[in-house]
Amino acid sequence: MSGVRLLVGTRKGAFIMTADGKRDKWTISEPHFGGWELYHLKASPANPNRLYASQTSGWFGQIMQRSDDGGKTWEPIGNKFEYATVPGTHQWYDGTPHPWEFKRVWHIEPSLTDPDTVFAGVEDAALFRTTDAGQTWQEMPGLREHGSGSRWQPGAGGLCLHTIVLDPSNPQRMFIAISAAGAFRTDDGGKSWTPINQGLRSPHIPDPTADVGHCVHRIAMHRSRPQTLFMQKHWDVMRTDDAGNSWREVSGNLPTDFGFPIDVHAHEPETIFVVPIKSDSEHYPPEGKLRVYRSRTGGNEWEPLTNGLPQRDCYVNVLRDAMAVDSLDSCGVYFGTTGGQVYASPDGGEHWSAIARDLPAVLSVEVQTLATA
Amino acid sequence: MIRVELPAHLRTLARVGGEVSIEVDGPVTLRSVLDALEATYPVLRGTIRDHGTLKRRAFLRFFACEQDLSHQPPDEALPPPVASGAEPFLIIGALAGG
Repeated sequence: MSGVRLLVGTRKGAFIMTADGKRDKWTISEPHFGGWELYHLKASPANPNRLYASQTSGWFGQIMQRSDDGGKTWEPIGNKFEYATVPGTHQWYDGTPHPWEFKRVWHIEPSLTDPDTVFAGVEDAALFRTTDAGQTWQEMPGLREHGSGSRWQPGAGGLCLHTIVLDPSNPQRMFIAISAAGAFRTDDGGKSWTPINQGLRSPHIPDPTADVGHCVHRIAMHRSRPQTLFMQKHWDVMRTDDAGNSWREVSGNLPTDFGFPIDVHAHEPETIFVVPIKSDSEHYPPEGKLRVYRSRTGGNEWEPLTNGLPQRDCYVNVLRDAMAVDSLDSCGVYFGTTGGQVYASPDGGEHWSAIARDLPAVLSVEVQTLATA
Repeated sequence: MIRVELPAHLRTLARVGGEVSIEVDGPVTLRSVLDALEATYPVLRGTIRDHGTLKRRAFLRFFACEQDLSHQPPDEALPPPVASGAEPFLIIGALAGG
């Protein structure tokens, strides 16, 4: 019997939610790491019982945790994130130089093949890697030293490296995104990086088409088409079909093209999901209606999915790491809100239900498709 | 033995119930107490002091004997009642946030 396991990170702890393949009855764990901010939890694709979690606190800093039993028990692992070289400065909010300082781990991306190798995207923006299951972390400094770092600037959430996408067809290639620097690609396993922001247009920076400085919110890929990426930018939904060399806008008929998460259907590489948010100054859904928008044409033509979602008086946000899809035959789609709800659709977005209503504000949602529930 | 009282989240992290007792070799100072604490409970490294600079994290304070010792030089002696174990050394999380 197949099943799914949701890894939900919140402002006050982590929750693990499980269901069988029907996905109609859910069990919610007690909070893990209660009172701490759990920016992200993610499982190794190579070992589904190996989980990693980023546990942070304004008081006590960064803790990393690892589980080898699917999240039942956890052990703290290495939490020393030191920049490999003199960090230098990036732009501060007022445009002045500001020293690079480690604050927290935003995103964890385990290797597709080795459970002991994990990439971590951090604030202030940099990419780290462990090859010993998290005991030690080393910066991959080629990204921060790309040469444009002095022009990177923090978004409202900080100067964070929040997205890491591994190319399943090429272990030397990966994509990352930073708010607010943009998207970057490596083709040599992380030694050197190229900004891949051609085609992006961001009126909030002095040169709207600059090579760096764009506030990219999220990038998603379907593993069968690693040349095609979808992007939710601060404003604009974009796509590339040449691994980021050029982007074009596919916002089409969306009611607003501001938002945070974007994801791709597990079995339909041209079916994508976004959650439109009214604006960057309001951060809630337009008209108080929580709607997931789905495009089955790889963008431009979008349809609202509302069945089971609140269609009045809803003013939550959905953050960039808070959407995921499972890979069961009928693709499940999941997202969490800043109001503490977790919504699930077992049928590609046609029908939704709240599988948790009263959690702390949700920061991240990941899902594992398991052979047994 | 030096008695150290940790904030609740660090007690959970270190898997200890209440006050902890640690051995300190040599002079009893902020640095030697925190070094000994981290050596006994390695999971606390980075949570009280920054890994690299060993500076106190901004939202933590050090109290003992009704004094705020947070800004005391790291190698200055702590009050004798802390060194003798008569009084605990308190690591306090700031009352801030929700």
